[in-house]
Order: sequence, then structure tokens, then C-alpha cells
Amino acid sequence: MAARQAKLIRCVVVLLLLCGVNLSGSLEPPRGPQRSASRPTVAPLPTGATRIVSLVPNVTEMLFAVGAGPQLVGVSSYDDFPPETKALPRVGALLDPDTERILSLRPDLVIVYGSQSELEGQFTRAGIRVYPYRHGGIDSILQAIRDVARLSGHPADGDRVIRELRSQLDAVVTRVRGQRRPRTMLVIGRDAGTLRGVYVSGGIGFLHELLDIAGGDDVFGDIKREAVQPSNETMIVRAPEVIMELHPGEQPPADVLRKERAAWNLLASVPAVRTGRVHLLYGGYLLAAGPRIGRAAEAFARVLHPDSFK
Amino acid sequence: MSVPPGSLSGERGIGGRLASVLIGYGALALAACLLAPLAGSTHISLARAFDRSIPFPDNVDAQILFVARMPRVLTGAIVGSTLAAAGVVMQALLGNPLATPFTLGVSTGAALGAVLAITFGTSFPIGTLASVPLASLAGAVVASAIVYVLATRPGRPISTMVLLLAGVTLNAFFSALILFVQYAADFTQAYRTIRWLMGDLDVGSFAPIVASLPLVLVSLGIFAFLPRSLNLLSVGADSAATRGVDVGLTQRLAFFSASLATAAAVSLAGPIGFVGIVVPHLVRLMVGVDHRIVLPASALFGAAFLIGCDLIARTVLAPVEVPVGVVTAMLGGPFFLWLLVRRS
Repeated sequence: MAARQAKLIRCVVVLLLLCGVNLSGSLEPPRGPQRSASRPTVAPLPTGATRIVSLVPNVTEMLFAVGAGPQLVGVSSYDDFPPETKALPRVGALLDPDTERILSLRPDLVIVYGSQSELEGQFTRAGIRVYPYRHGGIDSILQAIRDVARLSGHPADGDRVIRELRSQLDAVVTRVRGQRRPRTMLVIGRDAGTLRGVYVSGGIGFLHELLDIAGGDDVFGDIKREAVQPSNETMIVRAPEVIMELHPGEQPPADVLRKERAAWNLLASVPAVRTGRVHLLYGGYLLAAGPRIGRAAEAFARVLHPDSFK
Repeated sequence: MSVPPGSLSGERGIGGRLASVLIGYGALALAACLLAPLAGSTHISLARAFDRSIPFPDNVDAQILFVARMPRVLTGAIVGSTLAAAGVVMQALLGNPLATPFTLGVSTGAALGAVLAITFGTSFPIGTLASVPLASLAGAVVASAIVYVLATRPGRPISTMVLLLAGVTLNAFFSALILFVQYAADFTQAYRTIRWLMGDLDVGSFAPIVASLPLVLVSLGIFAFLPRSLNLLSVGADSAATRGVDVGLTQRLAFFSASLATAAAVSLAGPIGFVGIVVPHLVRLMVGVDHRIVLPASALFGAAFLIGCDLIARTVLAPVEVPVGVVTAMLGGPFFLWLLVRRS
């Protein structure tokens, strides 16, 4: 479960961030088609799709959240949440979509990545509706929920999920209001046991926005990229007061946890290291750009402002 | 590669030339090692960095100098010198100016080891060493062993043709395996693999450097005995044999030391391209083709070259870094071509 979950999260978040599939930021309102959330290529049927194939795990999660789970007939190789996805046929993923298998499932809606333009063309030519999902900030996530809810015939449920999400995020904002905002580094990748291959959240994207909501100032917020690979020198100079390391898997044994946290001791002058505010968080929801971002925002806030949750 | 008659017959004068080259290139490498840690994306005060009255955890300047910059400058020096020297030896061994330290599959073997560790390995560190460098070292050793077994027959000189073909074939085979493993990997692992292949000198501490030193020192020690034999070998194996060179032993030592040096460098910093081919040729353009001069000069110039490239890599787009392998290729390629055109 943990391994699959890790793969799922990684698929959805990290690589897309790193590869810059879509570097659109959402600190500002969307401006034009390049910065907007995904849009369906065909207008939804009045009844909504009844046989849906999703190649995008976090969109699968959105479909289940709006009540369209029973309409799913196929999911990607990396889908693992919610548990109901395990019973569904696998149809490949970003690099290896199984077109024949997808067609054999007779879908009336296929969710693909925005970069899978050839696949999108194939299904469109076959008369199948396609929803190309593009990765972005919180606004993009909410828009995607709205879109898939509409396409699957659950527009009211989509609005409800969005309302609940907004309410969760607002609750976090209220909790941390008035607190001093610590300078925070949000680590989304690192080679085990060392400070090599460190990737952190930059100044755009949903993780940066969640950190902002949780009452932290992103030390790499000035770099307008979703993921940044900082050198040790840069991390020393940026001097974060809190380091939050996000891992999609399950929490390892205590000795491993201690060893991983100790890897940061090399940067002894960094305030987070000196004050013991290096936090390793584990859980699939932390990096999933979907209906669980409210939970992730609260987890961030609990680390940054523990007093606000007493 | 031709050998100037003077380098074979006239021993007189070589000592003076070697001394002047060692002083000149040594000064360049030393200057790079001393000056590069002073430059970076952040200004640091040396006085403060060396101020012992400030506790180390409170001294940001000292942290930047000793934790961030010095390890990577030292890594640049070690990797640059070993790759450049290994390039010289490989070109002489194979009698091919296009040979690089990576021609015989050592780096692809290392890459396969690293990819396997990134994709399937979780943690099998030994002491302070992480799994990826260890796996890449193991991959490099396995690749070298396969090529060696394929290309050698007991008591006979190595067939450079077979060596080259075996290396090229192994490169292709390992590349296919890497693609297969990458295909099985998830996206993050695939990206980490790609990033590893670009090379990275930010090793994070002195521990990996210290761990690589035995291999580096052994290979550099063997290199020291090779130049005269390589000069004669460059003319031809038969000719070298008639002049008293044990061709088989020289070839084996050259292969073993170059492979060892490459394995150490690649496991430390990933396969940083261009250093092993550009530096030897640049140095030959400047000092001639006598291996007694070229080999030490390449090692020293390689160190300075890679340190300089890394300085550019960590400052040009600061605070974001450019992969050092990209800089070596972008800087080394055009400069090399310019020198070639200028010479011709």
C-alpha cells in the first residue's frame, strides 16, 4: 500500500513539478488559457459520462470524491487511493498508456495528462470525450474538481467538495492568523541518508500555496518555479527556521527516522537544525493535488504553529 | 597520435619542460582550488570564516566555506584530474583520439548500478557512504571486469580492437538495461536517474571524497609509471615491443588504472562528460603530445577546468544551479573547436 501510494503521489506531483509540465502559478488568478485549469475538449453530455477511464491518479481521487467512483471502468497503473481503485482494470500511465485496453473498456470519457496530446487526438478521433488534466495551483485543483464533476454528471457534488475544501483551508487560515510566520523550507525530495538530490518547493504551485495558508513563509518563494534543487550553500544562506520534509510513504522505524533527520545536522548554522525544527512528515495525502489538500494544509500548520492546535 | 621524435630520443630537456609544465599547470590548479571557494552565489568574509572565537554552528561564513564550497571544489579537483588523466591513458591505450574514459563501458556500468540503486535499492549504506555511489562503483567494476575478460587472453597482449568493440557493445547493452529499468521505475526515480547522469559535485560532506581517495591515489600512482611506455605504445605495439616495452603489462596497467580512476570519479560525482576528451586534446594543443608532459598537465588542467565549470554552474543562474555536465559540454565543446580551427 505504502509503496503504491508513494508511486501515485510521485507520479502526480514531483515529476510533473520537476519536469515543468506546467509551470503555471496560481498565487495570482488565472490569466488566459495558458494559466487556467484544464478544460474538457468536448462539452459534457446532459447525463454525464457513465464509463470513465482515468490515467491521472489525483483526478481519479477527485472522481471518487464527487461520487463518480462507480462510473470508473479503468485507472492508471499507479492508482492506489481510494482503496476501491485496486479492483479496477489498469490501463498504463503517462509513459505507457495501453490504448487498446482503454478502447476495449468502451469509455465515454478518458482523463489524460495535458502532455498526452497524441493520445488525446486518438480518442477524440475515436469519438470519445477527453479531459486533459494540467497540473497547477489550488485554483487549478478546484477547477479540475468542478470540471470532472460536471463531466461525470455530479455538478452539485463537485460544488459541495469545493465548498468543503475551501472551508477546510479557511479553517487553517483562521487557526494560524496572527501567528508569526516562520521561514520554512518545504523539501519534496532528497537522497536517503545524505543532503544530495534535495528538491524543495519553489514560489509557485499548490504546495507553496498550502504552505502560505498554513502560516509559513517559503524561503524559496522568490524563485518562480514549482521545484528547485538548491545547493548546500543556498540552503545555509536561506537559513530556514523550519524544515518540513514530505514523504508519500508510511513512517519508517524510529532508528531510520532518527538517521534521516540527522542528515540535516551537517548544516549546523541553519536555525531549523539548531532549534530542532526539522520535521519529517509521512503520508500520501501530503503531496496529492486533490481533495485531500485541506488535510495537508492542516498537517503543515500543526508543524508550524503547534500552539494554535492545543 | 604521433609522437615527436624528441620525446622518444632526446631525454635531455624533458626534465626542464616537465618542471615548467608542472609549475605552470600546478599553479593554475592550485589557484582554482584556493580561489573557487571564495566565490559563489553569496559573499562570505574570510576573516569571519576563520574566526575561531565564533562557534561553528553560529558561523554561517565558515559553514558556507567548509561545508558547502570546499567539498565541492575538492570533488571538482579530484574528478576533473582523474577523468582528464584517464582520458589521456584511454586514448593512448586504444590508439584512438576519440576515446574517452567512458568508451569502455565503465561509466555506463556505473550508471546501471546507480539506476538500480535509485529504482530498487532502499538503503544499504556502508558507514557514511550512500547506496547510489556504492552501487555505481560496483557497476563500474563489473563493467570493467566483463570488458577485460572479453578482450584478454592469458600471456598475450590485449587486442585493442576487441577491447574497443567489447566496450562499445557493453555500452549499448548497459544503456538498454538502463532504459528498461527506467521504464519500470516511477517518474521521480526516472528523473533522479536523469539528474544523476548530468553529474553533480555538491557531495554534501568530505566523507565521499575521503572514501574515493584510495582508488584515486592507486590509479594516479599507476599513471605515474605509464607515460614513457604509452609514448612508445602510441607508435605501435610491435615497435614498442622491440624497444623493450612489455606491451601486455602496459596495456593491462593502463586499462586497470584508467578504469579504476573513472569508476572512482563517476561514483563520486556521476558521469560528467567532455572533461575526459576535451582536456587531453586542449593540453596536447598547448604542450605537444609527449605523455610525460601531457599526462600530468592534463590531470592538473582537468582539475582547474572542472572547478571553473562548477563555479559557473553554481553562480550563473544563482540561486538556481546549472548541472555541471551541461557547463562542461557547453564550454568545452566550442572552445575545443575554436582551438582546432585556430591551429589548422
